[in-house]
Amino acid sequence: MEQFQYQIIFFFVLLILGYFFGRYFEKKHYKSIIKREAKYSNLAVIAIKTVPLSEPVKPSILVTGSVVISVDYFKRFLAMLRTLLGGRVTAYETLLDRARREAILRMKEEASTLNADKIFNIKIETSSISNNASGNIGSVEVFAYGTALVNVN
Amino acid sequence: MLISNLEVIPGKVIIEHFGLVQGSTVRSKHVGRDIMAGIKNIFGGELVGYTELLQEAREEAVERMKQQAQATGANAVVNVRFSTSSVTQGAAELFAYGSAVTLE
Repeated sequence: MEQFQYQIIFFFVLLILGYFFGRYFEKKHYKSIIKREAKYSNLAVIAIKTVPLSEPVKPSILVTGSVVISVDYFKRFLAMLRTLLGGRVTAYETLLDRARREAILRMKEEASTLNADKIFNIKIETSSISNNASGNIGSVEVFAYGTALVNVN
Repeated sequence: MLISNLEVIPGKVIIEHFGLVQGSTVRSKHVGRDIMAGIKNIFGGELVGYTELLQEAREEAVERMKQQAQATGANAVVNVRFSTSSVTQGAAELFAYGSAVTLE
């Protein structure tokens, strides 16, 4: 009985920790994403396959960006509850949104160090990394890649 | 060696095709990283160890693809695609493939 009590206390401590730290990290991350998106807003990311003939001819280089990001304990619990009722799982929506925007930003960062001003044929790939024995999907990997047209001075 | 995921490289003409080239690697995470990831799973946030691991693995896959292309005598790989699949619990396969060509 006593052991059972400890387990419940432990569970709630994890939930509370997850709630506060998760919220804090998410807010911080969104702030940094918005700031950096504004910084790289002049770097166009284009999803078409071929470079239009109107574009000036420039050397092309493959640029990539990837991130592995995990959801916190509280949100995982929420998502688990949500699977009982069905519907929108907002807990995971923000996770994927953050991961995708971060991956694209990292790709843009690489492109901007190469002095590029356009990235063509961007592809985004998402894969889930199962984290523990129970097989819960807790972390996702997002990988973004494209071809940057580089300015040569 | 030029690597690109465009089908046609601007300003260049493909003069010879060598067909499909591919590179892959299967990687597994190690225990230390797994413990760190376990902690991060409570608080949420980026798993830096995994990000680096997958990045290194992908670079190796690209390197293998390049070697294969070089062996055939190509000087570029166009229309490159990446794919990831998990083989078992804790291991992932990173796969890169493209078309080896000679550019003028």
